[in-house]
Amino acid sequence: MSVEPSWYLVLSAMLFTIGALGLLVRRNPLVMFMCVELMLNAVNLTFVTFARMLNDIGGQVVVFFVLVVAAAEVVVGLGIIVAILRRRPGATADDIALLKG
Amino acid sequence: METTVFLVSAVIVLAGALGVILARNPVHSALMLVMTLFGVAVLFVAQEAHFLAAVQVIVYAGAIVVLFLFVIMLLGVDRAEDLEREPLGGQRPAAAVVAVIGLGFIVVLGVRAAQVSLGARSVHGELDGPGSNIEKLAEALFTDYVFAFEATSVLLVIAVIGAVLLARKPRDPRPARHFKGEPAERGEDR
Repeated sequence: MSVEPSWYLVLSAMLFTIGALGLLVRRNPLVMFMCVELMLNAVNLTFVTFARMLNDIGGQVVVFFVLVVAAAEVVVGLGIIVAILRRRPGATADDIALLKG
Repeated sequence: METTVFLVSAVIVLAGALGVILARNPVHSALMLVMTLFGVAVLFVAQEAHFLAAVQVIVYAGAIVVLFLFVIMLLGVDRAEDLEREPLGGQRPAAAVVAVIGLGFIVVLGVRAAQVSLGARSVHGELDGPGSNIEKLAEALFTDYVFAFEATSVLLVIAVIGAVLLARKPRDPRPARHFKGEPAERGEDR
């Protein structure tokens, strides 16, 4: 029994869904950020799978860029979280509702 | 052999992902995230993306998770969270329904795409051509994608500046609005 490419796609779909579910359910901003990382990894896995399916290096180059952008995003996002939690220790995503009408 | 590798690392990936969203303590979530990232790196190796697997371990498991743990410890939010309490009634069942529908949608899309195999083949270079994986990746990166590569360097500089500006403590942003007798520390934080 050989591994079909669709197995990888189904696995990454499950990983993406778990990440999205965590983003919807969890309230700690740091854990929500980790769920975003899970979703990014699921998409990376999809890109690598399609790169192998289509025998094209382009998919792997895209994963490289996603890694760079994810690193930049984590740096800025954690900076924002540090700035928020320094003012309001223990704030969850529900407490940060200043713009709510 | 490949089936065994796939199944073992799929179990590792999914267990780690569930651990991230089910752990009460953010530190445990971060450690579970490391497990998932290692599993994905193994799957990269199984699909012959060796350089990306190395970068995945170094950048994600090395740098990003350490940054997460650093922020958790810095802010002292490593307390267990009460997951039983549901602040918004009915949100979790609704989220589960949305997740199941989304999962079905993506699985159908993925399996269908795997059957019809969309897209042109080997546009930016063949994966099984001559040379190692990193040589082919570098060739594509520095020819077809060289402008995007330069743009990422600008992006990284902007991210560094943004992080410094966001995370540093303002020395004295509004000195005129301090009330008498109020400690300066507190006035800063308002």
